[in-house]
Parts: sequence; structure tokens; C-alpha cells
Amino acid sequence: MTNRFRTHSGGRIDRGAPVSFRFDGKTYSGFKGDTLASALIANGVHLVGRSFKYHRPRGFISAGSDEPNALVNVARDAARMSPNLRATQVELYEGLKASSQNRWPSLGFDAGAANDFVSPFLPAGFYYKTFMWPAGAWKRFYEPKIRAMAGLGVAPTLPDPDRYTQNYAYCDVLVVGAGPAGLAAALAAAAGGAKVWLVDEQAELGGSLLAERTATIEGKPAQQWLADTLATLAAMDNVTLLPRTTAFAYFPHNMIALAERVTEHLAAPGADLPRERLWQLRAREVVLATGALERPLVFPDNDRPGVLLADSARTYLNRYGAKPGDRAVIFTACDAGYRTALDLAAGGVAVVAVADLRREVHGELPARALAAGIDVRPATVVTGTTGRLRVSGARLAKIKGGPSVDPVGASETIACDTVLMSGGFTPSVHLFSQSRGKLAWDAASGAYLPGTSVERERSAGACRGITGLQRVLEDGYGQGEAAAKASRDAASPARGATPPPGPSAKTFPAQADDLGTDGFIGATPHARNPAFTKAFVDWQNDVTAKDITLATREGFRSIEHVKRYTTTGMATDQGKTSNMNTLGIVAEALGESVPKIGLTTFRPPFTPTTFGLFAGAARGDQFDPVRKTAIHDWAAEHGAAFEDVSLWKRAWYFPKALPDGRREDLHAAVGRECKAVRSSVGMFDASTLGKIEVVGPDAAEFMNRMYTNAWAKLEPGRLRYGVMLREDGFVMDDGVVGRMAPDRFHVTTTTGGAPRVLAHMEDYLQTEWPDLDVWLTSTTEQWAVIAVQGPKAREVLAPLIEGIDLAKEAFPHMSVREGTILGVPTRLFSVSFTGELGFEVNVPAQYGRAVWEAIFAAGERFGITPYGTETMHVLRAEKGYIIVGQETDGTQVPDDVNLGWAVGKAKKDFVGKRSLARAAMSAPDRKQLVGLRTTDPKLVLEEGAQIVADPKAPVPVPMLGFVTSSYYSAVLGHSIALAVVKGGRARIGTRLSVPMPDRVIEVEIVEPVFYDPKGDRLNG
Amino acid sequence: MLIIDCPWCGARPEIEFRYGGEAHIARPADPAAMSDQEWADFLYNRTNPKGLHAERWRHIHGCGRYFNAVRDTVSDFFVTTYKAGEPRPDIGESGK
Amino acid sequence: MAETASMAETAAIGAPRAAYPLDALALGARSIEAARLTALGPAARLAFRGREAAIQAAGEAFGVALPREANRRHTADGRHALWLGPDEWMLLAPGADPAPLFAAIEAATAGLPHALVDVSARSVTIEVAGPKAAYVLNQGNPLDLSIEAFPVGSATRTLFHKAEIVLSRIAPDIFHVDVWRSFAPYVWQMLEDGRRELA
Repeated sequence: MTNRFRTHSGGRIDRGAPVSFRFDGKTYSGFKGDTLASALIANGVHLVGRSFKYHRPRGFISAGSDEPNALVNVARDAARMSPNLRATQVELYEGLKASSQNRWPSLGFDAGAANDFVSPFLPAGFYYKTFMWPAGAWKRFYEPKIRAMAGLGVAPTLPDPDRYTQNYAYCDVLVVGAGPAGLAAALAAAAGGAKVWLVDEQAELGGSLLAERTATIEGKPAQQWLADTLATLAAMDNVTLLPRTTAFAYFPHNMIALAERVTEHLAAPGADLPRERLWQLRAREVVLATGALERPLVFPDNDRPGVLLADSARTYLNRYGAKPGDRAVIFTACDAGYRTALDLAAGGVAVVAVADLRREVHGELPARALAAGIDVRPATVVTGTTGRLRVSGARLAKIKGGPSVDPVGASETIACDTVLMSGGFTPSVHLFSQSRGKLAWDAASGAYLPGTSVERERSAGACRGITGLQRVLEDGYGQGEAAAKASRDAASPARGATPPPGPSAKTFPAQADDLGTDGFIGATPHARNPAFTKAFVDWQNDVTAKDITLATREGFRSIEHVKRYTTTGMATDQGKTSNMNTLGIVAEALGESVPKIGLTTFRPPFTPTTFGLFAGAARGDQFDPVRKTAIHDWAAEHGAAFEDVSLWKRAWYFPKALPDGRREDLHAAVGRECKAVRSSVGMFDASTLGKIEVVGPDAAEFMNRMYTNAWAKLEPGRLRYGVMLREDGFVMDDGVVGRMAPDRFHVTTTTGGAPRVLAHMEDYLQTEWPDLDVWLTSTTEQWAVIAVQGPKAREVLAPLIEGIDLAKEAFPHMSVREGTILGVPTRLFSVSFTGELGFEVNVPAQYGRAVWEAIFAAGERFGITPYGTETMHVLRAEKGYIIVGQETDGTQVPDDVNLGWAVGKAKKDFVGKRSLARAAMSAPDRKQLVGLRTTDPKLVLEEGAQIVADPKAPVPVPMLGFVTSSYYSAVLGHSIALAVVKGGRARIGTRLSVPMPDRVIEVEIVEPVFYDPKGDRLNG
Repeated sequence: MLIIDCPWCGARPEIEFRYGGEAHIARPADPAAMSDQEWADFLYNRTNPKGLHAERWRHIHGCGRYFNAVRDTVSDFFVTTYKAGEPRPDIGESGK
Repeated sequence: MAETASMAETAAIGAPRAAYPLDALALGARSIEAARLTALGPAARLAFRGREAAIQAAGEAFGVALPREANRRHTADGRHALWLGPDEWMLLAPGADPAPLFAAIEAATAGLPHALVDVSARSVTIEVAGPKAAYVLNQGNPLDLSIEAFPVGSATRTLFHKAEIVLSRIAPDIFHVDVWRSFAPYVWQMLEDGRRELA
């Protein structure tokens, strides 16, 4: 039955370009220009999915992005699998492979459909009511079962191999929607010279014009006018046309997120093209020309495959040459049903009856239908459909009284293979509402329309309730003109109410059917037993009219609560087809008017959006910048293992190859590296340390205020360890500071703290003390820093340095000198974070590696050993030196971590000083830094482990403190640990316990300096 | 993403900026003279209004300057921005 | 001390070679005419901060008047002065040795409230050139880079994806991106990613 439902001619498909594709393993053919939906319909396939909850057979409802049923999986390969795509938007390409979802074992026979027979036991709120007991069963039993049964598509398990890009862009006027209103708006705005973007989610620009058969505009057939208009726009330099582009989110200040599908429609996309492109478009003015969505009618069995929206059926016929069936029954509450009836009749589909909900039927379209011999039945409803996997008949019944409250008469079943419904049109106000514009209920048209704008935005055409092709075109043109003018008026973003549209400067004589604003909201009447009747409101989440009335009976009043309880409007279609009918049903059940019920909030995205689009290029290695020092590659070439420290990669340890071909583990490498530094010399890449040059006549005064230490008397050429507090008195950062000149300090910070410290300093400088003549410049990346540490450090460096006397007397510990190393200018620090004689060689970063290699070569005769951050940590812990962020967690004052000596008591003020004066900051039971020794010297405590006095104490056991650093010291031959313990200094010499899951470890509280407590080794 | 009008650079996208808390809270000239309660008020207590809020922003990925802004905490829209050190413009307490 | 031996070793090593973070990446760049990428050579970069009194003297010593208009670049004799903040300029001299420049400006501004810091090694400059240069930059930079909004002579600190950059428009189709050296490979690869679709 290949293309049996294809018309002989017409439509926008390219009949010269046949395309073969597969659906559920079966091969079909379609044409270029088809969607998967139109091609399947042309092949007579309507059964395309199973519903979410009841697993009922489902077919197409619409022809656009509002489609709730026809969700398919499209797979290019194992990794390129896209679930939940709307078949109505999937463009056909040669070899496309699609499959249906939520069925097992097959679409025609689905075991899950048993849910449908037990559906009286699956009412609204079923999940909330049923799975409450027993308490543990949700996780163990219910959730896994429900997950297996429910849900729609299946996510691919392989990483997404496609590329996604993101672009920022700016324009004067963005027009969303390229239907008649949008096209006219773009023409007007572009004529005014504005930079115009016209975007539309469909493959072709044109909107409703793409399905026009008989309408004319400016004397031309609508399709000819469309082609001419697009050619005009395309030829203009100031116009950007983007089909296949969904404006899916409206953000503040007119930033619109656009999802452009770049390669989705191509059979063989090039590797260099992104699959999708995210445009973050900032528009001075926005024209929303998003049209209107046809509303389904809520009648029993309205979900059987073959039941479609009437205007969508017309789109399939006119635009794609695909007939929805052979015999159609039309159920309508407006003139759209007649327009479809006339087009179907002209296209060779038998229209066996038009059931019109309206009591009286008059007007041009119904008259033409009658004249065409169509059986028009006013005051008639469809009360059910027959068939299993496809409609085979419709039950029609007369309404006795008013449309929604009165009983209906006896029904008559009419054989048909498609039922087309139209409840009128709902203006698409999603983006307007996302922009935080206020919606206003329009009683005349029974619709929410855009009211007061918040953004610089205006709506045009059907999305603001305007009907009739000519009026829509002229409104579009007027809004486009106004937008272009407004975009010139104000240079900077502003907000306020959008002025009403001005008169259009251009008229668009057009001949087309005017559908008016008739329509119906709610559930249509029927006389069937409600217990065995399902009239769907939300197809995708399987919500029926009965579920919604049940919710109101159970006491739900707010539409937001009804929505969440029944899940209506919460599926991936966000209630595009269901919101208004839900409101109508709730309003009727509560005896309130629709505007009294309110409306649920529209939120982004307008249609589902891929994760790839949001991720863009920020994935894998490029997720974050990976910062590497100038010496990084040398370390990598020498087998270093690396660890992440903020965005930096730092050499962690340098495992050596063992005789058996394996490499040292962390423990072995660190032990060797530590011993080398203590016994001879090691070298360490300290380039990541933050550096700030503090320069200006008031530099010393500024340092005095920012750090706890006193700086006035620090002589040029000397270093000092500085402690920085937050205003609340807690340690924020530390580092060695060199005074290069009376007005110049070389400040170092922790690696991770560098940006924070600079921002903290800038904050005080700019906002508290703008009178100080001092400026801050980050020099973190200016300098590569090579620490040379150990008793042989001086001997290694001396031959390489010029212009600096390295003798102990000339260059004492904690000094800085400027000179050259191998001809490269250097700031040489005599400083140690290891407790050994040590130097830090600062050189301009581009020489970092070369100088490192030279030092390595010069140190070879001493067995110079490169070491990493782990050894650095062990060596400093042996000396009891803290690491901010390890021994501190933002609640330590200097004295807590034995840095009371660094606080300039005589200074009148510094940041944090007042907080230190609070009594609590010097309470004797504060947690204080101590050392820990385990009874078993090999046992290394776990960092973070809690410390208690009596592990057998009743729960809750009082916690005295915790382990902050813990290592095995190869140099000392036993484990060491640092900890913060309540009143710790007074506990030195006592024993406490560290309870672990499998045992309790006894520890002795000791002084935190384990190695060379007198500091003799520092001076070499 | 909001557009923020930097008093130095003009209208720039939000991601170039960093929020800096409530504005016009000057560090006391003589902290030592303050009671613990007064000091705690300076450190921690903020107005957190519903409506217009004078607050600090820094154009950290631009000119680097701290400046002040009045923003409506209900709508999230900026009413005005001004340089650090300038007084809060007289535009009332609420945007209503 | 065995000084002789180690001096000999030093000589064997030779003069230290300067190495830059884009050395390897730049060699592998694809030829894409719509947006060409070039890693520019070394330059003297001096961060100048100061009060009103020092601004003119600094500009005269550098040879380029410091722009007083926000986010502008002045150029003279191949040297650039970029306004980065109301009291902050980047003085950029491609190919120049920073030391004598530093000394000259310090001499001219002695006694005037200012701060001069040599940051020549802190960053590298990437040139993005071609008809699609702005398009590629806009994949990670949120500014309006149309010629009307960001004309030739514009310069500003801003962002490119997650890295801070200084972006400067040299010609309608030529931009310079100054980026801290450890962020340079990230920026380069993001630029490569951005122009890949133009291949």
C-alpha cells in the first residue's frame, strides 16, 4: 500500500525526489519535503505509538510542534539516537530509521495495554494514593516497576558524538514566526532599514500559507506571494532568515534563545557542521507572530488512531499531498471544520458528515459545504469512536439542549476511517507569557490574549486573536513598522507597556476564508457510562476529562494544583493542546468562569530542547579551561601524575620506573621525594601560586590594612609570611610577601585563593579606601616559580645566578633579590615551605621550562629530585605549616592555627581585627591546631575523621575535633597528622580516640611540629 | 541574561559582572569603638527588601570597577546604576 | 664548590629558550580563510595604573597617548595603549623588550602617583582574522561585535567562553585576543571549534 493515501498532485513535496525510510523495521517511501508523519499518513500508517500510562494505541493528532502522541525514536547509529521526537517535525531523508516507543513486544500487540483494562483503578493522583505503603516499598519495588512500565523514549547510552555550537547575536527586530503576520512584520521592519531576524520552527518559512490552496494575497495565489516575499527578504542584506529554528525561551531584556537544527534533516551531515546551534539573540524589539494552535475536542475515544485535528488534516492534504483517510467524519465547534471538509472533498476524500457542536450553523463556509453536498449536522456531537488500532466509525448524537450541560440523544454510528476535530484556535501566547507579559482574558473570543508587555515586545496576528488573512497581514505589517521605529528610538534596553499597534502603512488585499473566533472549551457532552469512557484532555500524559473532574471533587481548586495532581499539561508538549480544555472542564466543575480559574504558567522551553544544545562546546576536555604551568610538559614527559587544584593541573608526584617495569606508587614516590629534599635537594613547580603586585606610594599602608601583620618596618629586600582575614576575623588566605621597593610588594597567595584574594583587596581599595594611592595587578601568570629546597639548594643555584650574592649572610632566610639566572631576569626568594634551606626562583613564564631544565641539570650531581604537591604537603605537615582550606575551613582565627604571632597587636586596625576582639574568638575551648601520633606508627589516619574523648559515650558522642591532614612520614618513620581539637593545646600529652567504622584508633595529642622544631635547618 | 549598565562601559551582559551585596554599608571608621552588637549589625544584618534595593556590582570581566545599582527585587530589573561613592539616587523605596 | 664543572654544564645547556603556550597548537592550525588564527609573537605588556597627574606623562614616555574614552585603543608607531578601566591601561609594544620601556615610563612618572607592572609574560595574543572573525568570536563572547557597536579601535576586557580576555578590533575583519597564558590553549581550541564549521 505504498503511498495509497497520496494525492495525485499538489502540495510542496518534491514528487521527483522519492525517499525511502524505515519505521519499526518496515520500509516505506515518501518524498523530499515530507515529514515522517506526512509520509506515514500517505502510506496509511496512523498507529505510531502507545500512550504513557494506559498504553493505548495512538496516532497523529496534529501536524506541528504541538503533537502530543506521535513521539518516535530516530536513530542514525547506536550513539545518535534521539528519543521522543515529534514525527510531525522530523523531516524525511533517505535512509531515515525511526521506531515507535513505549510498547512491548510490538506496537500492534502491547502487553502494557493491560493497564487500560484496569484503568478504573488508575485514577488521577493514582501514584500519590497507591504507593504510600509500606514505607520502604517505593524504592525497592514501586519505583523500578513504574519506571519500567511508564515513560516514553529511551535515552541513548553512548556519548553524543555530534557537535553543538552556541552563538551570541544582536538584531534590531526579531520576528518569531514566519506565517503571514511574521512575514509582513519582517517586510515592514526591513523596509525601515532595521537589522531583522525572521525565525520559524518549521522546515519552510510560511506558516499557514504553506497549506493554503485557494487564498490570494495582492492578487497572487498565496503560495506565489509567499515565494515572492521570501525572495524579497532573502535579497536584503539586513535580513536574516532562519527556518528550522525554534524560539524556545524568552529571557529578560529581550534575550531570546533560538534552537537551530542545522543537520537534522540531512541524510549525511558533514563532520564539521554542528548538529544544532544555540543562538542567544538579543533583540532591541521583538515581534511575536506565533500564530494559534487548533484546539482538540474532548469527546469519548478521541484518542483512537485516525482522530486528528481538522486543520492539521488539511495541512497534510494541501501541503504534503497526504490524505488522512478515505472517509472522514468531522466534529467541529467552528468554521475550521468546514474549510477542511471542503478541501478534503476537493482532494478526493469522502466527507461523510460534519457534526457541528453549534446550535445554529450559518456563514459562508458552512453554506459552501452544504452546496457541495456535505451532510452538515448542527447541534451534533461525537460521543465515541469504534475500532481498535484505527478508527472504524464515529458515534454521532444530537444535543437536546445547550452544548455542554444537556443530555444528548440516541447515537448513530457512521463508518469512517478518520475523525477530524476542531474546537477553535488558541492563540500561542507561550513566549509572551515567558517574557512576563500579563495575559488578558478576552470574553469575545474565549481566549487569553497578550495584555501588558514587560519587555520591548509586541504580538502580531493570530497570536493576539486577530483573524482573517488580510487583517493578519496588515496587523503584522503595522507591528513590524512600529518595532523598527521603536528599535531606533531607544539605544539602551528599557521596559514598559507596548503601545497599541498603529495603523498599517500598507494594505494587503487578500481573499481567504475567515474562520472567526467561534470555538469550544471543555468536554463535549455525551450520555455514556463515565466509568467506561475515556475522553482525553492531555494525550501525552493520559489525562481524561474524568480525571480532572475527580480532582475538583477531591477538593483541588487552584488550576496549578489540578495540574500537578492530574499531571495535565505537564508532558513534553507542555499542554499546548490541553491547557484550555482543562480550564474549561475545571471551570464547569466548579461553576466558575474561565478567567476566575486562572492559567498555569508558561515556562521555557517551548518545545523539548537537547542537552547538547545547552552544553555547546563545553564538554569533555573543553568543559572548563585546563590551566597548565610553563613547566607542565616537562613534568608530563617525566612521568608525573597530576592532580586538579582549582583549574590548574599540578604535578602530584613523580613515580619512577621500577626494575620490574612497573612504576612506583604514590606512597613509594612520595617517601623517596621527601627523603631527597631532607637529605640533599628537590625541586618543585610552584608557578600556580597566586601573585599580586601591590604598587603605589600607599602600598605599605594598604598592606597594613589588609593583612594582620605589620608591614611598615619590613625593609625592601625582605620577605614576610602574611595572614589575611575576612572582616569576620577568620583566616581567608596566607602567603609570603616580598617588599621589592618602598612602594612595591610582591604578594603571593594560595593557588586556589588567587582570584578571591585579588577581588577582596580590590573591594576594600575601591569602595572603602579609594583615597589610597595604590594599585593591584595580578602577576600570577607573569612568573614561573621553581622552588629549590634542601640542604644542597644553594650549591645547585649558585653557579647559575648572576647579580645576587647567595651567601648566607648576604642573603638570609626570608629575603628577596633581583638578578639573573642564565641571563634571564629573576626575583629570587630565600624561602621555605619544607623546613629546609630553600629558594624560589621567579622567572618570566616563557623561560620557566628552560630554567627548570637548567636547574635540573645543575642539580644532577646532587641527585636533585623533582617532587610534586603530595610531597610538598607531607614536608610542610612535618613542620606543622598549615594549608588554608585544609587546616582551616573558614571558622579559624589566627590563634586557632597557631598564627597568633602573625597578628600585629600594635596595629590600630586591619580587616578582621574588630572581630578578633569578640570574647568568643579567644575562648579556651576553641578548636586549636595540634599534632596527632597514632600508637601504631604505620597507621595513617583518615582525613576528616572525628576525634572524641570516649568512644563508648552515649549517643550523641561529643565531638572534640577532626583530622585535617594525615600522612605517612618516610623521613620520621611513622605516621603524622594535624587536627583541630577543642582546647587542643591544653590537651597536648593526653590521649583521645578516633572512632572508625571497624575499630577505634587511639591517638596522642602532640605539638604540631614533628620535624626540626627549632628550625635550625632553614638557614642551611 | 540581564543587561547591566556599567557607569563606565555602558550596557554590557550580566555574565561580565559579579554581585557584591547591599550597597551603602560603609566600613566603620573606628571599629574598636563599636559594641559587639553594632559590629555584628555591620557584618551580617542586611535589609533584604522586596522592591528597590541598592546593591553593589563589579564589572569584573570589564573595567573591573565596583559600582552601585538600584534593582527591583520583584521584577529583577535594574532601575539605575551609579558610580561608587555617589549617593543613592532619590527614587523612593519601592518600584510600585 | 665545583664551580667550574657546573659552569661548563651551563654552557652546554646554552641560553634559555623562550617557550609559549600556543607553540604546538599554532603549528597544527587548519587553514580556514573565513577565520584565520595566528598566535602573535612576544610583546612588551605593561599594566599602567595611576591618578590623573601621571596619565599624560606615561603616554608621552610610551609614545602613545593613553585613551581617556572607555574601551578604546590608541595606536602609534606599532604600539598600542588600551583603556581597560578608568585608571587602568595596557601598554602593548609588539616585539619590544619590556625592561627599557619600563624604565623610561618609570622615569617619566617618578613622584607621580601611579603603578607600573611588567606583565609581558602574563598573556599571549591571538589574531582572529577574516570575514567570519566576529562570528567565531561571538560563539563565546557575548558582546555585539557588529562594526557599528564595536568599531575599529575598540578594546575591552570581556569573556570568551569561560576565559577572561582582552578583545581588540584592529581592522573591520581583524581582532586581537589577549589571554592569560594558561587559558590560551583553551581559548585557542574553542576558537578552532568555533571556526570548524567554516572549513
